[in-house]
Amino acid sequence: MNFEHTEERRMLADSLNRFIAEQYAFETRDRIAASNEGYSKAMWQQFAELGVIGALLREEDGGFGGGGFDIAVVFEALGRGLVIEPFLGSAVLAAEAISAAGSAEQKARLASIADGSAIAGFAHDEPATHYELARVQTRAERGGDGWVLNGAKAVVAQGEAADWFVVSARSGGAVDDEAGISLFLVPKDVAGVQVIGIPTIDGGRVAELRFNHVQLDAGALLGEEGQGYAVLERAVGRGVLALCAESLGAMEAAKAATLDYLRTRKQFGVPIGSFQALQHRMADLLLEIEQARSAVINAAAALDGERIVRERALSAAKASIGRIGTLVAEECIQLHGGIGMTWELPLAHYAKRLVMIDHQLGDEDHHLARYIALGRRLAA
Amino acid sequence: MDLNFTPEEEAFRAEVRAFLAEKLPKRLSDKVANGKHLSKDDMQEWHAILNQRGWLANHWPEEYGGPGWTAVEKFIFEHECALENAPRIVPFGVNMLGPVLIKYGNEAQKRYWLPRILDGSDWWCQGYSEPGAGSDLAAVKTTAVRGVDEQGEHYIVNGQKTWTTLGQHANMIFCLVRTDREAKKQEGISFLLIDMNTPGVEVRPIVLLDGEHEVNEVFFTDVRVPVENLVGQENRGWTCAKYLLTYERTNIAGVGFSVAGLERLKRIAFEQTRNGKPLLDDPAFAARLARVEIDLENMKTTNLRVIAAVAGGGVPGAESSMLKIRGTEIRQEINALARRAMGVYARPFSQDMLDAAYDGPQFGPDFAAAASAQYFNNRKLSIFGGSNEIQKNIISKMILGL
Repeated sequence: MNFEHTEERRMLADSLNRFIAEQYAFETRDRIAASNEGYSKAMWQQFAELGVIGALLREEDGGFGGGGFDIAVVFEALGRGLVIEPFLGSAVLAAEAISAAGSAEQKARLASIADGSAIAGFAHDEPATHYELARVQTRAERGGDGWVLNGAKAVVAQGEAADWFVVSARSGGAVDDEAGISLFLVPKDVAGVQVIGIPTIDGGRVAELRFNHVQLDAGALLGEEGQGYAVLERAVGRGVLALCAESLGAMEAAKAATLDYLRTRKQFGVPIGSFQALQHRMADLLLEIEQARSAVINAAAALDGERIVRERALSAAKASIGRIGTLVAEECIQLHGGIGMTWELPLAHYAKRLVMIDHQLGDEDHHLARYIALGRRLAA
Repeated sequence: MDLNFTPEEEAFRAEVRAFLAEKLPKRLSDKVANGKHLSKDDMQEWHAILNQRGWLANHWPEEYGGPGWTAVEKFIFEHECALENAPRIVPFGVNMLGPVLIKYGNEAQKRYWLPRILDGSDWWCQGYSEPGAGSDLAAVKTTAVRGVDEQGEHYIVNGQKTWTTLGQHANMIFCLVRTDREAKKQEGISFLLIDMNTPGVEVRPIVLLDGEHEVNEVFFTDVRVPVENLVGQENRGWTCAKYLLTYERTNIAGVGFSVAGLERLKRIAFEQTRNGKPLLDDPAFAARLARVEIDLENMKTTNLRVIAAVAGGGVPGAESSMLKIRGTEIRQEINALARRAMGVYARPFSQDMLDAAYDGPQFGPDFAAAASAQYFNNRKLSIFGGSNEIQKNIISKMILGL
């Protein structure tokens, strides 16, 4: 039993934390978040040169990490810094789908993800999905020399910045079936793809994608026809871990800012942190954040394990993080009082990010229900 | 980062399991599993079995008869015992007084009292709380006045202790008494060992809300205590008191109890039905069950993280306050769900239904009476050992620096 990270991971975390503290201060982040691009190309390149993207990818995929605790360490640091560059969509979700199902030719694209020269988008959620992984209505039909795509994808992270997308589409089966989902690599500039961008409330940009008779050649199919569900689950599982770790980093930053405020803000002639009503709320937060950290550790440790155990640990973690992240956000605003409501205070942006993480890859309720369903399979 | 136990620790776990399989009497584990009463003889029987193996005083250094276990090994032992429904070790002599004597007692005291704790010659109880000194423990008012008579130097003790757990079985009590009424609160307190058969000691039962006689009041009227029974220095008893409380907090998360309780709860929820389906499939019940199960999964790791920090040379400090708060909340939630699972049969209850020998009519599911009794009885978990609110004060001061 050992709860210390390896030397390599500690060094990676140190250099990433230092880079973020020096180069990605709140004012910079605020400017990037509100920019027309929704991320910084220059920063993305620097992150790539620091090896942060490579740390998320396995050796055989052109990286030098890719383990559960690599993801945990990197995303905790990204969360601490409220970093909005497209790590999740490109280097975790899309990269894992390609790594799991891609042909040798398709896997060649991983090198361009690793060095930051290309950004991949992960287009899976749909307007009516509400987090259900198997619910895919976008249609893929055989046509011409390959496939014809029709449908829509919802809230694709940095959809405008992406050069191409991993897209899920139904080539068979009913709307909720796990079988019959196929995955495709779709260039953004191909005819019939419409990208409608919009900023988000927690920083950065997303896009709605529409596919109108998009003609793809046969080589666009990623993996076996109709067998995409298992690939999606694997990719999303890693994404869930990444989001949980990101949330943990943001929680720690929010906690530190709030503690600082409780020690310095004076009312009735004393620091407000001397009031027991506030002390107990803060003690509760500390306890919850430690539980959240344990949830992330459990999920990272289970990432390469047997399927049901792994998916249960991931859903347990995301349900925990959804609840605790929202609690930390709400409590930290409340403990700050009026100033916690203002745009100028970094804390407010941590709070928004913490709440919105519960709206990515399944919220607390979704993962609680999934945890229960997986438990039945364990018992059966 | 590695959540697995080492091969040596796994071997130790196997050794504990083999020991429990061979030596834990089924009669006792059945009682614990079914929430039945344990008699004094039951508890002493289990102590003797553990002592035979050298595992009773597992917090003591080897030179005094402890097994020399690491923090991880202690955790494994306590965890496996809870999973197998072993009776709890009655902590007052072996886990509380023992370490205090080893640290603060003189040679004569160690030589006389420690072996008697191990072989069961003495049954100790704890004389800390008083009617006016609960969370504010240093407010104790029981007095001990030093004097000399023809039999030698002694203290005369007057006052009252309360919440004395299992005091009805005890022949000895360790007490915090006030030896200097002029000094500041913590500074006039001494740590005294008192023979409960001395004239002037009276034990009166306090019946708890579940009908259980678990705790007592102990009254002292001109009780003569030989001065040799002072542990540590006069007026320095608060040091002993605080040291003892750190031992009271070992295994404070009670993860093993929660794991055993959750397994039982799942069995109950599988057998009980709503609308003809197992309660386990009821969405509202299943959600509450899943929430506490997830909290417990997280707590297991939080607990191990604290233990690993101790094993790595860190100090188990205020972190144990977090384990106490959330550990007891989890246990109480599991108790609450077991009670709810019983439906209308949570209500029929009489004390004798909790006797292993009860052969009267059965009302509802097997565990129904015990579920309600445990639910009410375990309200104590968030009150004793420093209430959960006191634990939050400790976290605020020691960890958050507020």
